[in-house]
Amino acid sequence: METLFYIIVAAVKNILVISLLLLFVAYMTLVERKVLGRVQVRFGPNRVGPFGLLQPIADGIKSFTKEDLVPAEADKPVFIIAPAICIFTALCMFAVVPFGPSITFLGRQIKLVVADIDIGLLYVFAMATVGEYGIVLGGWSSGNKYGVLGSLRAAAQMISYEVSLGLIVIGTLILAGSLRLTDIVEAQRNVWYICYQPFAFILYLIAGLAEINRTPFDMPEAESELACGFNIEYSSIKFALFFMAEYAHMITVAGVATTLFLGGWLGPGPSFLGPIWFLIKVFAILFFFVWERGTFPRMRYDHIMKFGWKILFPLALANVVVTAFVVALWR
Amino acid sequence: MAYILPLLKGLRLTLRRFFSRPITIQYPEQKKPMPPRWRGMHYFDKDEKGETTCVACGLCVAICPSRCISLEIGERKDGTRYPLRYEIDSLRCIFCGYCQEACPVNAIRLGEGYEYVHFHREDFILDKAGLLAMYAPKQRNTSEAKK
Repeated sequence: METLFYIIVAAVKNILVISLLLLFVAYMTLVERKVLGRVQVRFGPNRVGPFGLLQPIADGIKSFTKEDLVPAEADKPVFIIAPAICIFTALCMFAVVPFGPSITFLGRQIKLVVADIDIGLLYVFAMATVGEYGIVLGGWSSGNKYGVLGSLRAAAQMISYEVSLGLIVIGTLILAGSLRLTDIVEAQRNVWYICYQPFAFILYLIAGLAEINRTPFDMPEAESELACGFNIEYSSIKFALFFMAEYAHMITVAGVATTLFLGGWLGPGPSFLGPIWFLIKVFAILFFFVWERGTFPRMRYDHIMKFGWKILFPLALANVVVTAFVVALWR
Repeated sequence: MAYILPLLKGLRLTLRRFFSRPITIQYPEQKKPMPPRWRGMHYFDKDEKGETTCVACGLCVAICPSRCISLEIGERKDGTRYPLRYEIDSLRCIFCGYCQEACPVNAIRLGEGYEYVHFHREDFILDKAGLLAMYAPKQRNTSEAKK
């Protein structure tokens, strides 16, 4: 009976999280286009349905019905599996992000997180790295020069920024003393870590942008120079999968930032408001991601590398050292 | 600091833009008023009887640089001339407005219409009836009347 209950709860949580995540991914594209439109003093999509609310559905139908093309030069199995890797990891990553406190349901405690594992943060980083393989393989297997260039850039950028990203979160780990994301949130019950680690929060957002290949770090798919980069040969739903993976990854990065620095589901009011607080914080960060996309131009490739290794990396390292010192002296 | 400040300024600017009103004109629902000297689709001026005031002098045919006007001259019993057949091929027309300039009786005019989309090529040829029918909705006349 206990096992059955466990399985049912796990299945329900899985389906709920995946479907909600895909829904948010779909509507994130609309939000992005709307916000970018308003930043550029225009409306954004407003023709399909009221306020353009059915636009994601129209986009989905369109991408499903387009011709699915595999170039003759492509390495076919890798070409097909690359977008699958991307979307799989991007969706999996969200599993460890807690979106609410434990609730009591039918006399049992249910944690509002799909998988509350001990090494949650490590899992996030591992999955993010595997997700980059999708991009690298996708560009590599296309048999296209622009695709290969995009993949090379993705690989280089991933290596340089993931080091910093790992160092940045160590500060919060030192404070919380755990890799389990629910523990990290609980440790912020009094003070959110953004108060202790404001620099780390900013650095995390910057490195996170580089991690999800977003403007101003969207080197792998720089439209103006690589003509779309790694996904140049992809069409139809495969292209849509890359796109969805990017947005799912973006939502996860925002979710992890919320968990690590903004106190996750914590907020005033009764505990069942937890998921709502979580969503509000995540959307604030997502809004920032769109807002900065409407503001900043793409950085030059060598500048990105220089910034990653010469500025971000030392700052992240300094943050770790200072945090460690302060914590060691305090306790 | 010298590097970060411009970034923040940019963010402030885009945020201000975000909260400003979009300047887009929602075209099919909302239409931009045309400037008074806009040279759009042709129309015939009407007299009291609702007929064209054209006297079929042929000056517009002569001056038209793209030769899109074709005219057949008719003559009434009292000796006045009128266009038996008057056609403008609007696909050939370059909307220079010379016909309007040349016309001694101000019969042919260029209106404000700029939406001429049809399914068939023949529909682009404006004949006398078509030119007279185009007369009605011209705001241009009202703006001229104000002067």
